Amino acid sequence: MTRRFTAPLAIALIGLLIAFDSATADLNPYKAPPLLALGSGVVASGGFCGAMPE
Amino acid sequence: MTVAVMAEPSGSWAARRGLIVLVAIAAVLAVALLAGARYGLLLAIGLGFGLVLEGLRFGFAGPWRAMILRRDPSGILAQLLAIALVAVVAFPLLSASQGELAGAAAPIGWAMAGGAFVFGACMQVVLGCGSGTLVNAGSGNPVSLLALPFFAIGSFLGAYSLIWWTDLGALPILTLTGTSGLAVTLGLLAAVAGLLLVLAAPGTRRVPRRLILAALLLAGLAIGNLVVAGQPWGVVYGLGLWGAKGAVALGADLSGSAFWAAPGNAGRLEGSVLTDVTSLTNIGIITGAFLVACWRQGGLSQPLPKLPARAWAATIVAGLLLGYSARLAFGCNVGAFFSGISTGSLHGWVWFAMAFAGAFVGVRLRPILGLEPRT
Repeated sequence: MTRRFTAPLAIALIGLLIAFDSATADLNPYKAPPLLALGSGVVASGGFCGAMPE
Repeated sequence: MTVAVMAEPSGSWAARRGLIVLVAIAAVLAVALLAGARYGLLLAIGLGFGLVLEGLRFGFAGPWRAMILRRDPSGILAQLLAIALVAVVAFPLLSASQGELAGAAAPIGWAMAGGAFVFGACMQVVLGCGSGTLVNAGSGNPVSLLALPFFAIGSFLGAYSLIWWTDLGALPILTLTGTSGLAVTLGLLAAVAGLLLVLAAPGTRRVPRRLILAALLLAGLAIGNLVVAGQPWGVVYGLGLWGAKGAVALGADLSGSAFWAAPGNAGRLEGSVLTDVTSLTNIGIITGAFLVACWRQGGLSQPLPKLPARAWAATIVAGLLLGYSARLAFGCNVGAFFSGISTGSLHGWVWFAMAFAGAFVGVRLRPILGLEPRT
């Protein structure tokens, strides 16, 4: 067996994650933040591994 | 071991490469249309990380191992170069844009230091750090592919219990800022580079062009991540979020977790992974590495290793510990070491020292656990 099996498996798992998530969470591009955070005037609020719970 | 590569007709090869480019562009456009332009751009940045890390073979765990075993500092010097380049841009940006942009600031504490040590050991066991596990999984490395879901579960569990661990004792968040902070950061990076060069074995005191190019590209992508997302490049939060979403899907109630019940995290649990910064870049890294493996002639023809059962068991445990410890340490090699130092957080320096100490343990554990032959 070669990586021809495992590499597509990794992509399939990511695809499953996105598909499962899409079934439970809505997407709305009209509610998206500005393209760039820099200069947007909006406070950064994304999840980050260094951040304590807000 | 030699791997026979079957020759493929050049027309078919060109068609495959054209398809790879189209797939990448289509994925970015689809996310931009469905979720928003910023999220499409973040996926593109993640793809860039994956392409550079896999395409130019830039890593973190491997170079640390090379320094420990062979006193070859070239890979770590490239890491320090990339961090310095990001710092030169990030420090003034953070000073001028307080609020819009945030650094990777986190408190130094007992659990943070211990977590970094454990992470350093485990990343040597599986030879994959935060970004490395993603890249290796995407390129078909079965050890990383197995470690990845357990990394996510460990990250979820570590975040769940994070407050308990930080209550053991932590300093206030300490950061270097402004011009003086940048000067101190660059000075410390230069001092570490100097120490590595002093310790280096003869003939290893140069950084290959490939790694210099990778450092330049990674720095550009990391600055892009900061400018677009408002936060530095990270990995572990997204993996923990995937684990938390899985737990909720299985019926878990996370309202008892101070971390996952906090408004920001609860909101991201309900939202799509396609609107979470680190999830998008993580997806991009895995996909980018996969595309490079497909692009390379013979990139997927490498046989899978035949490892003993204890090696696979060790991979699962190490994966869990990687995720758990990275949460306690406020990041992995990316969020704490790369982004912490380049945005002035002193926890990045403590992380580096502790994780490097842990790496000595991990290098010795690898043959014992059956992940490489004993010498």
